Amino acid sequence: MAAPFDLNDDSVVVIIGTGAGGGVLANELAQKGISVVALEAGGRHLPDDFINDEWESFGQLAWLDPRTTSGDWRVAKDFSGLPAWIVKSVGGTTQHWAGASLRFQDHEWKAKTTYGDVQGANLLDWPIDPREMDDYYTKAEDKLGVTRTGNRPGLPGSNNYLVFEKGAKALGYEEVHTGRMAIQTRDDGDRIPCQQTGFCFQGCKWGAKWSAGYVDIPEGEATGNLEVRPQSHVARILHNEAGKVMGVEYYDANGTLQMQKARIVCVAGNSFESPRLLLNSASAMFPDGLANSSGQVGRNYMRHMTGSVYGVFDKPVKMWRGTTMAGIIQDEARHDPSRGFVGGYELETLSLGLPFMAAFLDPGGWGREFTSALDHYENMAGMWIVGEDMPQETNRVTLNHDVTDQYGLPVANVHFDDHPNDIAMRNHAYKQGQAVYEAVGATRTFPTPPYPSTHNLGTNRMSENPRDGVVNNWGQTHDIANLFISDGSQFTTGAAENPTLTIVALAIRQADHIAQEMSAQNI
Amino acid sequence: MSQKESLRGLTRRDLLKRASAAGASFVVGTGFLAAPDAAWAYEAEHLDAETFATLVQMARDIYPHDQVADEYYVIAVKGYDSADAAAGITAGIAALNAAAQGKGFDSYLATGWERDRVDILRGMEDSAFFQQVRGGLVTGLYNQKAVWPIFGYEGESFSQGGYIDRGFNDINWL
Ligand SMILES: Cc1cc2nc3c(=O)[nH]c(=O)nc-3n(C[C@H](O)[C@H](O)[C@H](O)COP(=O)(O)OP(=O)(O)OC[C@H]3O[C@@H](n4cnc5c(N)ncnc54)[C@H](O)[C@@H]3O)c2cc1C
Ligand code: SF4
Repeated sequence: MAAPFDLNDDSVVVIIGTGAGGGVLANELAQKGISVVALEAGGRHLPDDFINDEWESFGQLAWLDPRTTSGDWRVAKDFSGLPAWIVKSVGGTTQHWAGASLRFQDHEWKAKTTYGDVQGANLLDWPIDPREMDDYYTKAEDKLGVTRTGNRPGLPGSNNYLVFEKGAKALGYEEVHTGRMAIQTRDDGDRIPCQQTGFCFQGCKWGAKWSAGYVDIPEGEATGNLEVRPQSHVARILHNEAGKVMGVEYYDANGTLQMQKARIVCVAGNSFESPRLLLNSASAMFPDGLANSSGQVGRNYMRHMTGSVYGVFDKPVKMWRGTTMAGIIQDEARHDPSRGFVGGYELETLSLGLPFMAAFLDPGGWGREFTSALDHYENMAGMWIVGEDMPQETNRVTLNHDVTDQYGLPVANVHFDDHPNDIAMRNHAYKQGQAVYEAVGATRTFPTPPYPSTHNLGTNRMSENPRDGVVNNWGQTHDIANLFISDGSQFTTGAAENPTLTIVALAIRQADHIAQEMSAQNI
Repeated sequence: MSQKESLRGLTRRDLLKRASAAGASFVVGTGFLAAPDAAWAYEAEHLDAETFATLVQMARDIYPHDQVADEYYVIAVKGYDSADAAAGITAGIAALNAAAQGKGFDSYLATGWERDRVDILRGMEDSAFFQQVRGGLVTGLYNQKAVWPIFGYEGESFSQGGYIDRGFNDINWL
C-alpha cells in the first residue's frame, strides 16, 4: 500500500522523530519497500525558509518546549531552561548541524577494555566490532557527501581556519586540515557547492550541507512508501497484552490526540525526548516505563566534554566569513593516559556571530572585562573542543512531574555533573587551544565554558547484557522485540568524534536488520 | 513615537537647559530623555524620566562600549517602559539609588566615575533586578542590526552570494 497510510494500518513501521537517526532510517526502510509513517513534532523547513540571523533562526528551528536542569554543570545555572540547543523540525538537528563527520577510532568502540576501570564512570564496551562498521561508515559518508572521504576533495580554508592552522603547525600538530564535512564542494553533485555564507548553524540556504530534512526525507517520500506527518508530537507508545508495542498516541497539528497503529515502533527523538517518551509510556505491565527492566532508561547521559577557545589578535580575522566548522586538529584525539585523563579530544574551528558571541562567550559575564573582548569581535578567531566524556549512572534524564508541557505531559529534567576525567581533559584542551592562538600572536585568549548541549547521547544505551543497558547491538530494545531506538541515545560511549556520522551509519545498519527480521517474520 | 515627534515644541536650547539633570550624557525633561545635541530623544510613557535615564546608564555600565552611542542603549531597555514592567523597574532603580546613597553618593547618576557605579552594581549582581536587566541586554543590545557594523559584524550574506568571492580567506597578515 502506498502513502498516505491509514491510522488503523497496523503493518507500518512508525518512526518518532526525523533527525539524523529517524530521518535516515525512514528513507532507508522506504527504499527497501517498507511502509513507514514518520511522526515529527516540528514543522517542515526547507532551505528557502532558513534565516541568516542567529536569534531569528533559533526562534524558527530550536526545540523550545520546556525542560528543566540540575547538577553542577554551568548550563544549569546560565541556561536553566535550555539544557540543549537542538532542533524541532523535519530533519531534526541535522538542519543546523555544522557537518563535521568523523569515524570513531577503533579503540573507542571498546572503552571499558581500553580505559579499564575509571572510578565513578559506568563504562562499557559497545557490543559491535569496529570492522562491522567499516562498510556502514562508507555508506554513510557517501550519503552525506563527506569531504576527504571517497574521492571528495576538502573544503578551502577560511580566515578562521588559516589562523588555526598556522598556530597548530607552530605547535607541531600534524593532523590538521579543513575537516571531513558533509558539505558539497564540487559542481557535479545533486547539491549546490558551499558558497561560504557562514550560517551553517542556521540551516544552509544553498542546501550545500547535508540535512535529513531536505535530502533523505524527500528521497524516501518519492518512493511512495514514506508518509511524514509534521507537527505531530508523540505522547505515548502503546503495547498489547503480550507486551509488544502496537501503536502510538500523538497530538496532531490541531492538538487533537490521534492513535496510529504499528507493526514496529522506532524511537528517534534525540537523547532527552527518547527516554522521556519511554518513561511517559509507563503502564501497569511496565510501571517503570517501556524497555526499562534494567533501570537504565535515561541514565548515562553524555554530552561530550566540550568548551571553546577564542583568541583576539591585533588585526582582523572576520571569522564569521565562511564555513562554520571546517577545520580540525586531530592529534589530541588519541588515548594517551600520560596526559592525565583517558580518551581524547578534537579541536575544531568554530565561529559565532556577534549576537551569539555576546550570549555564549562568558554567560553571565559583564563589565569591561567582557565588553572589551567583544570590542575586538572582528579580530577574533574561535575553536570548539569536543572530547569523550565519561558515562555516569547519575547523569540522567528523569520525568519532572512538577512541570508539564503544552500537552500536560511531564517534562524531561536533565541532571549532569562533570566527571573528574572530563574536567582534566577540558583543562588540557583549554591550554592547548590557547597555545594554538598564542603561537600566532593572540593578545588575549578565552577558555569559554560549554554551551547548552548540541551532542546528546547515551540515555538508552546499547549493551551486550540486558542488565547493563536498554538496547542490543541492533538498537532493538532488550525487553520488547518490536521496539527500537534509532538515535544518538543508543550510544554506549561517546568517543571523541562528533556523533552524527555514527548515528547515520547505525541507522543504515538498523534498517538492514529490521528489513531482514520483518521478512523472516520475527517481528 | 518618532524622534521628531517627541521633540516637537522643544528648542535645542530648551533641551540643553535641562541637560544637567543627568550629568552630561542625557537631557532629562518631564517624561523624556534626549541626547544633548538632540540627535535622538525618547519619551518615557510609564517610567519617570529620571528612572529611565538611570536605567540607560546602568545598561551602559553593564555592557560598556564607548563606541556605541546612547540611543542604542535606549532602544535596548525601552521595552521596560511598559505598563507591566514599570513598577518592578522603578523599585529596582530605587534600590540602586539607595545602594549609591549607602556609598555616599546622592544617587546612582550622581557618581562621577564608572568604577563607583560598577562597585554599586557588583553589590547587587545576584539580585533578580540586575539579572533581569543584564539578561535582557544580551539580546536587547547585541541583537540590534544597527549595532553590528560598529563591531565589524556583517550579518546575513546569502543575498550577496556568501563570501566565496567576497573575502572568506582574505586574511593577509599571517
Ligand atoms: C549547532 C549544532 C551543530 C552541530 N554540529 C554537528 C557536527 O558538526 N557534527 C556532528 O556530528 N554533529 C553535530 N551536531 C549534533 C547533531 O546535530 C546531532 O547529534 C544529531 O542531529 C542527533 O540526531 P538524533 O537523531 O539523535 O536527533 P535529532 O536530529 O535532534 O532529531 C530528533 C527529532 O525528533 C523530534 N522529536 C522529539 N521528540 C518527539 C516526539 N515526542 N514526537 C515527535 N517527534 C519528536 C524532534 O523534533 C527532532 O526533529 C550539531 C548540533 C548542533 C545543535
Ligand atoms: S558556509 Fe557553506 S555549508 Fe555553511 S551554510 Fe554556507 S553554504 Fe552552507
